[in-house]
Amino acid sequence: MTKDSGRFEIRLSGSGGQGLMLAGKLLAEAASICDGKNTVQTQSYGPEARGGKSKTDVVISTEDIDYPKATRVDVLLAMTQVSADEYRKSLKKDGLFIVDSYLVDNPGHDSAIGIPFTLLAIEKCGRALFANVIALGAIVELSSVVKWESLEATVLARVPSGTEDVNKKALEVGREAARSATGKVS
Amino acid sequence: MSGNNERSIWVMQGNEACSVGAVAAGINFFAGYPITPSSEVAEFMARHLPLIGGRFIQMEDEIASMAAIIGASLAGARSMTATSGPGFSLMQENLGLACLAEIPCVIVNVQRAGPSTGLPTQPAQGDVMQTRWGTHGDHAIIALAPATVLECIELTACCVSLSEQFRTPVVLLLDEVIGHMRESVAIPAPGSYKVRSRPLPSDDEEDYRPFCGGQSDVPPMAHFGGPHRFHVTGLTHDERGFPTMVPEEVDKKIRGIVDKIELKADDLAMNDETMTDDCEVLLFAYGSSARVAKASVGILRERGVKAGLLRVKTIWPFSGKRLKELAPQLRSIIVPEMNLGQLVTEVERAVAGVVPVRHLGRVDGHLFEPDQITDFVLEEMAS
Repeated sequence: MTKDSGRFEIRLSGSGGQGLMLAGKLLAEAASICDGKNTVQTQSYGPEARGGKSKTDVVISTEDIDYPKATRVDVLLAMTQVSADEYRKSLKKDGLFIVDSYLVDNPGHDSAIGIPFTLLAIEKCGRALFANVIALGAIVELSSVVKWESLEATVLARVPSGTEDVNKKALEVGREAARSATGKVS
Repeated sequence: MSGNNERSIWVMQGNEACSVGAVAAGINFFAGYPITPSSEVAEFMARHLPLIGGRFIQMEDEIASMAAIIGASLAGARSMTATSGPGFSLMQENLGLACLAEIPCVIVNVQRAGPSTGLPTQPAQGDVMQTRWGTHGDHAIIALAPATVLECIELTACCVSLSEQFRTPVVLLLDEVIGHMRESVAIPAPGSYKVRSRPLPSDDEEDYRPFCGGQSDVPPMAHFGGPHRFHVTGLTHDERGFPTMVPEEVDKKIRGIVDKIELKADDLAMNDETMTDDCEVLLFAYGSSARVAKASVGILRERGVKAGLLRVKTIWPFSGKRLKELAPQLRSIIVPEMNLGQLVTEVERAVAGVVPVRHLGRVDGHLFEPDQITDFVLEEMAS
């Protein structure tokens, strides 16, 4: 992919029902609609609605995107142990590896950043289903792959009305967790 | 589907884009039965058609879905269905009826890995020959294959137009990657697509003949239930629609439905070429495989290999014209397909031994990777 010098690849992986497809969609929309970049988002999942492996790739580029999937991943999110084991090898040498430390015991990678997304979702937002939005907050804080305002605007435009405040809070929880995980002072 | 209306930039799925193109082209009747990976087409149509005075019907199965779009089209609607391999198999019988009775309609087939139930969520390009020959008897078919989300809009509109122009079923051949892929796209302004309408007879036309009488013509099509009374049957029929066994009439009818499409193959050919001017090795591809092939061309050029890509958007009728033109400058043609060798046979027929043709097949439920195609080309060049 040397041709696409402006190419950035994000892979969100875990299990069906964790909201990873939606998270991928939101990242793609923030990058295109707000930041004006080209994006392609693809997905891979089994026939079951819940459980089973689930993965989405988001490719963001300032140039045309031919190959639509990720090959050398810049940011990898693993929300289960199985997905951490399967996709760890797709990460670039200096890539960013983020795991849900509540569900992944062994990231198997020296520089993996562990944040307990699912636990934070339950404790701070009241439901495990906010783990995906918390993870998005962390990913954008750590990688700046899209502008923070773009992420926030996209998430708030997409979520069911009446849930804006808790989703905004989820993004902030993710941002704060990312800052403390990497020792950044907020 | 979400977007910024002021800048007209949207992030849209291939299946959604297909529906957007259909609605833009005037589709006002959809009958279908949901199946992965095509269900988003039906979901979109179910939401949108009622808003614009159209009709959406979820039928009991794909046999009935195909029957319903044929009936709606006869009555004057622009009709469409969407399915995947298992459903497409069930549609074959009535697809033949639409071919013989010359009834315009659009069938979207989002290909998944088969045969049978196969891998519902994984891509393949295994229905290329089924699209051509899945229904029995001599007939012709038009099939288009987009490779981008924008093309899903454009080529669906084109399918509608061609079905009306030629009074024939037209297949939009997607694959799971293109159907489920979301891509940023600038939506063309409304009215960007010229969509033809079926030729209509005047109400007072005497001696109305609704069916093809040979000479590759497309006769006017009256709306069923209107002033013109005519007969529609799957039996081989004469120009008035009544069954016939007269050899000359039968011969004229069958040659007519084939010739009206096959003789236009070169006119209907839509290609997209990348670095073919000086290429020595040509990649020939379509759909999602063509996106990978294009990435490979870039990599090969960086390594000093004169590679190029001929991507066909029109799968059927197959036109070998461009291949024949390029053949003298080529050392080899490589055809990557997510099947074990389907459209490659047409490529071989077209170049007729002038250039060696090699097939690269993949049937494990996954899209090619650029390195796989690149390595295959390099090995072929070395041998």
